[in-house]
Amino acid sequence: MELLERFAAGDLDAFESLFRLYQSELYRWVMRIVRDAAVAEELTVEAFWRAHKAHAGFDPQNNFRAWLRRIATNLALDHLRKRRPYVELAEDVAAEQKPDSAVQQQTRAALRRALAELPPRLRIVAQLGLIEGQPYAEMALALGISAGVARTRMFRAVRLLRKKLQRLGVHP
Amino acid sequence: MSDGLKDGGLDKSTTSPLEKDKFGRLREMLQEALPPIDELGSEAELRCDLWPAMLRRLEQPAVRVPWFDWALLAVSGAATILFPALIPALLYHL
Repeated sequence: MELLERFAAGDLDAFESLFRLYQSELYRWVMRIVRDAAVAEELTVEAFWRAHKAHAGFDPQNNFRAWLRRIATNLALDHLRKRRPYVELAEDVAAEQKPDSAVQQQTRAALRRALAELPPRLRIVAQLGLIEGQPYAEMALALGISAGVARTRMFRAVRLLRKKLQRLGVHP
Repeated sequence: MSDGLKDGGLDKSTTSPLEKDKFGRLREMLQEALPPIDELGSEAELRCDLWPAMLRRLEQPAVRVPWFDWALLAVSGAATILFPALIPALLYHL
């Protein structure tokens, strides 16, 4: 029996194999959204747990990776929603501090703040598209929307970001 | 292993060059403030095997929804029925 069929049948060994195959990749994907190692680990485990719980409803002909990524993306989006009101993205994962001038530091802080203030569904698209360079199709698949909607959200996110940045004295 | 485990289905097409130009300066500034995860190297790698944590999670019961969340849901539902004009505002903030 194929691995995915065994997983769908509830085989724990098959689940472990899939877990080991995808944990690193899924963790990196979640990191791109939450940018916090501890949270990314927690959400990765939670996503796999939900996948395991839903194993009976999974069609082995479908793309497991895309399905898992969508579960994790929804969890990450929920996390961003819960973290509101507007906790700035910390520089935690970018521990290497560049020797910036005060002005540059202010600009970076304004950018992080403006991004953090976006509504989560726009923020996730801005982070994945603008910072991580993910294509619309990939974002759309992970978010369960069409590429057109992802593109529309990107334009709205950029417009809002520019507005917020101007208010904060930054002119991109 | 079946096709479901391959990259199939994930379109690799990128944003158009025009959009890259349009967002170029903003993109650069954002990437400077928050470097892409792929550029962080080992810092962004998974620090440990998560399987032991997964096993612990599998042993835990499902998280129960607190009564407050149900109450909030009921209030939101009632509010949208009584005041439909609130729906666009609620959707915007989701």
